[in-house]
Amino acid sequence: MSVRIDLLPKKKYVMPGNSACAGCGMMIGLKILGMALGEEAVLSIPASCASVVQGLGPKSGIAMPILNVPFASAASVATGISEAFKQLGVNGKAVVWAGDGGTADIGFAAVSAAAERNSDVLYIMYDNEAYMNTGIQRSSETPKGAWTTTTPTGKREAKKDVALILLAHGVPYVATASIAYPQDLYRKIKRASEIRGFKFIHLFAPCPPGWLFDPSLTVEVARKAVETGAFILWEYDNGEFKLNPPSSSLVDKKRRKPLTEYLKLQGRFAHLTEEQIRQMEEEIDHKWEFLLKFAQAASRR
Amino acid sequence: MGLALVPVSRPAPGSGGLTGTWRTLRPVVNLDKCIDCGICWLYCPESVIDWEKGQKIKIDYTYCKGCGICAHECPTKAIEMIPEAGL
Repeated sequence: MSVRIDLLPKKKYVMPGNSACAGCGMMIGLKILGMALGEEAVLSIPASCASVVQGLGPKSGIAMPILNVPFASAASVATGISEAFKQLGVNGKAVVWAGDGGTADIGFAAVSAAAERNSDVLYIMYDNEAYMNTGIQRSSETPKGAWTTTTPTGKREAKKDVALILLAHGVPYVATASIAYPQDLYRKIKRASEIRGFKFIHLFAPCPPGWLFDPSLTVEVARKAVETGAFILWEYDNGEFKLNPPSSSLVDKKRRKPLTEYLKLQGRFAHLTEEQIRQMEEEIDHKWEFLLKFAQAASRR
Repeated sequence: MGLALVPVSRPAPGSGGLTGTWRTLRPVVNLDKCIDCGICWLYCPESVIDWEKGQKIKIDYTYCKGCGICAHECPTKAIEMIPEAGL
């Protein structure tokens, strides 16, 4: 069930003239977060692109209440905010908006702890697959084979699947989303905010300067990642696991587009040999198999 | 309140300066081709496109960075990216 575009709020939650790069994928996600939660959201943002794009004080490029917090602390700060809301009887939502480095690497202990406590927090990890604002250093979310400034011949290790790790914590809601499917993201944020407890959304957000593609292709790259099966859209909601469209019709790998359609758009994969691409395809098949089996095991219904 | 001593920024356009000067390509809309779908408005990462169903889109060139996502995503190709004067 998708939300009609003309019924989405028209208020600007991302202010024009902010400091984000042209064609920033994450800003599309922030826009949708604003539309979904509006002024009810209080954001904790650790060091990341998201803290840079706000621009220079006394102006802010994001029209939501924000606490800019130290790198590893975002999930803990949001826990504190949600507890304060509870004590004061304030109707607000504690939201973390953190990058992949601030979540999967540096902030991971705090994220895991907040999930284990089942703190009433909506944690959104926007995943641009490297440390972009400091100069494209690899993170544990960088996919295997991708160029970054610290992996000049391509990363050797595989991408960490944080969403599944969080699911294994036994939290009520975990989902993946992509900026190419904003209505799906909107619905997931709305749904997650209705649930008490720890909610996690893994948001795929391409980065034109970091992934080396033309800024006009941000949405195209995100869409191709889903259509080729490299990124899978799914949702786990209180014991029920399901794939979301269009991933739900891509279980049969013959229906997926060739992986090269996704890879060839980006300079960071330009050095890959045919053999390496074939290996990547195999790993994607394995990821699907693993996810579907995991899903079966995780579903209580 | 003690809050007065805390550095607080407030939402306003232009926190990164006049970002329209970053632009090398300008999105120009052909309103005859526009079908009023709102897709460019939805995807614009800069919020520089104003849209309301029934009123066709308007682009704020003071802040538009010229990324070209709107032109690429437009289903009827009603937006064209044209080099800025002097480039």
